[in-house]
Amino acid sequence: MSMAVGFGLLGLLAVLSGAAVFWVNSMARATYALALSFVAVGLQVLFLQQNYVGVVTILMMVMEMAIMAVYMVMFMGMNPALMPMSMVHSNKAALGIAVATFLALAAGVLLIDWPTRRGTPAPDVTAALGDALMGSKMLVMVVTSPVMVATIVAGISLAQHRTRYDRFGDDLTQRPSHDTQPGGGGR
Amino acid sequence: MPDEALRTLAPAWSAVALLILGALTVAASMLDGVLAARSHGAPNGAVRPFGEAARLMRQRRRTTVEADTLLWRTGGAGLLVVAALMVTVVPLGRWTLFDLDVGVVWFNALDVVVWALVWLTGWGANSAHSLVGGYRFLAHGLGYELPLMFALVCPAIAATSLNVGRVAAAQDGLWFAVWMPVAFVLFLLGVVAFSVWGPFSPAIGSDIAGGARAELSGVDRLVFEAGRYALLAAGAAFAVPMFLGGGAGPLLPGWLWTLVKTLVVLGLLVWLRRRVPAARPDTFMEVGWLVLLPAALLQTLVVAVVVVGRG
Repeated sequence: MSMAVGFGLLGLLAVLSGAAVFWVNSMARATYALALSFVAVGLQVLFLQQNYVGVVTILMMVMEMAIMAVYMVMFMGMNPALMPMSMVHSNKAALGIAVATFLALAAGVLLIDWPTRRGTPAPDVTAALGDALMGSKMLVMVVTSPVMVATIVAGISLAQHRTRYDRFGDDLTQRPSHDTQPGGGGR
Repeated sequence: MPDEALRTLAPAWSAVALLILGALTVAASMLDGVLAARSHGAPNGAVRPFGEAARLMRQRRRTTVEADTLLWRTGGAGLLVVAALMVTVVPLGRWTLFDLDVGVVWFNALDVVVWALVWLTGWGANSAHSLVGGYRFLAHGLGYELPLMFALVCPAIAATSLNVGRVAAAQDGLWFAVWMPVAFVLFLLGVVAFSVWGPFSPAIGSDIAGGARAELSGVDRLVFEAGRYALLAAGAAFAVPMFLGGGAGPLLPGWLWTLVKTLVVLGLLVWLRRRVPAARPDTFMEVGWLVLLPAALLQTLVVAVVVVGRG
């Protein structure tokens, strides 16, 4: 019983702090309201015995929001988000979409014929989840990850304003390099 | 997976854990007081923290225009909470408060929360220097966090478990600090960094009028400072089961060995403050990514090869 109440309260906290993202008027508050929402969800996942998934969700999301706050403050709005600002736009369309989505999902929850449990949970549910998600697709994952890394590296290389010729000179012999931002490695 | 050798204590025992953490925090601040007094040639360094605490508790709270008080206070007070949550997974001899199967990840998640807290402390005051300090901490974070993560991965790989008790038990005879020294050093570096301590104190540096804590005064400042010492103490306590064999040792009981080792590591970290120059956030980024991270990856590779070789 107390487990169910705790799970429900965390769910409520997750939903309310998720909604707070749009009520508050500062980028910092919006970002950390979202972080709080994710922490509540991560704690809920602990209730599902998925300890690793739950704790890692908290880890990744708090880190992401800490970095996100930097970018939000830098790039959002006409003022660089250091002043109070509204977190919403296109209100009417957004309201319509939100209500329609909620109704569709809620209808799904109520109308679907939920299956009854067959069998028992695996002893290590985290391993079982990983196997179910990835087991048959490991080859695809192994092939995709180097392609993704290569895409990131290529994207950054192409987007770079300065190239190695700017840093090291036309014959790449200039040492130390000519950098606008000093590094600590002494290159 | 709970370890058979470890006994999980009733939640009420967390009061004792808090007392121990508090004692370690006070000890660290007293040692720092002694070292500070010695470097200035002043007497009575050990009581300086108490005088400072009394002064701060009587100080009137400074207010700033349009401060985001909720976020500001959350950031300042959160450090102590994070330190307290960190020590819940540290076994003291054969007792533990929270025998979590993913205790190592738990510690890691909490040290990431410090990113948010220090930045919020910097942001909340609505003061330019304070905010610059918050950003400096995040810049350091981008440099130290990944090496710290891989440093935590090494003992977990060697023990084939993320449970802190099992990691400690896996060091039967040979401490991880001995055969994975790079990971040990990087871990200690991470502890120093998330405590905003020594080389990683530019975020609260005097060149930006105190940085993230520039506008903190009175009891808020006291709680923030205590939080830094508590984080240092929690990190030192976590190093013991991860790298220094937990409670293993001759003659003394396990819990006492854990405390002795924690005190030694904590003393070392406090002492380092006056021995290591500050790491500039802009230049440390390159050190972190081009030196520390490859070193951490190589260390992880060596540990993984050893573990596979042992079968």
